[in-house]
Amino acid sequence: MSTETMASDSLELKPGLAGFFDDWGSDQRAFKGVPWGKAMMWIFLVSDTFIFGCFLASYMTVRMSTLDPWPSASEVFALSFGGAPIPLILIAIMTFVLITSSGTMALAVNYGYRKNKWVTFWLLLATALLGATFVGMQVFEWSKLIFEEGVRPWGNPMGAAQFGSVFFMVTGFHGFHVSIGVIFLFIFSYKVATGHLDKQTPGWFTKRGGNYEEIEILGLYWHFVDLVWVFIFAFFYLW
Amino acid sequence: MDHAAHGHEPVIRQEEAIQHPLGVYFKIWILLFVLSAMSYAVDFYQVQGYMRWFLILLFMVLKAGLIIAVFMHMVWERLAMVYFILVPPALLLTLVAIGSLEADWTFFQRGVYFLKELIIAAPASPHH
Repeated sequence: MSTETMASDSLELKPGLAGFFDDWGSDQRAFKGVPWGKAMMWIFLVSDTFIFGCFLASYMTVRMSTLDPWPSASEVFALSFGGAPIPLILIAIMTFVLITSSGTMALAVNYGYRKNKWVTFWLLLATALLGATFVGMQVFEWSKLIFEEGVRPWGNPMGAAQFGSVFFMVTGFHGFHVSIGVIFLFIFSYKVATGHLDKQTPGWFTKRGGNYEEIEILGLYWHFVDLVWVFIFAFFYLW
Repeated sequence: MDHAAHGHEPVIRQEEAIQHPLGVYFKIWILLFVLSAMSYAVDFYQVQGYMRWFLILLFMVLKAGLIIAVFMHMVWERLAMVYFILVPPALLLTLVAIGSLEADWTFFQRGVYFLKELIIAAPASPHH
């Protein structure tokens, strides 16, 4: 291989499909110009997609194979504010809270790359608080279902027993993801506010200096949590 | 392989590379709100049957697409990355196909089995 082709191989990144084959066929690294932390987060998210994908596929299988009627989510999750019960209202509010938090997260990533420390901090904090609100509402939802409606993972008074199993498994796993996200959002608001990312201070488990790329990586995780909720909302609550 | 080549690799600093205008985020944000409201409306107005399933899936796909494309910056990534992320999850469709085949069979078997149990367990009626 001549030096000239080597240089043109490595210096010019071809766009489109030719670039795809070039990148994957190249030496040493396939993801050109992508920080390794971001590539690793995507690898994690793809594996997480399979976890939630398996949950939802199992949910489909048990719902299709049961002889008992499936409880109507619209009625189970209805809530009354003094008047007639409004169908699915709590879930709708939770959806809006999560989407709002996704918006503030996207803006936080953008302001992070602008190195606007305080706007990034407030946006991250807002995202964390909205996420915590979501988890709080989920706690309310779970306790209402467990203590008032008598839903258990092995049965419920409304119909198919599998309803409870799927509900606790899927929303529980999602809520766990949100909780972990909230913890990391608080950690990173702290790191942004104290200037860890500006000063490139190494993190707790690494010698690598802090960087605003980390906000984008955190953002990927947070948007993924919102993404999973889109599918849960559609398949579990609306179907 | 010549390791000197590594030295020529262009280092793209994300901080300089990513300066998307804020407007696009606000537009997507509003769209996500509208789409969520519409999918909630499907339940609120009790749309039923195939129309319900179609609308639920439509709003779901649109929302997921917007989140992945813009909020997760997929439209700005190189294809090497995009295909790595989007193609493997397509395998889940195989799982869904196998799952639905099995579920149908289980449903049928349960129907037969539970019916048989009912007939055996039923006390002899005066007609026989």
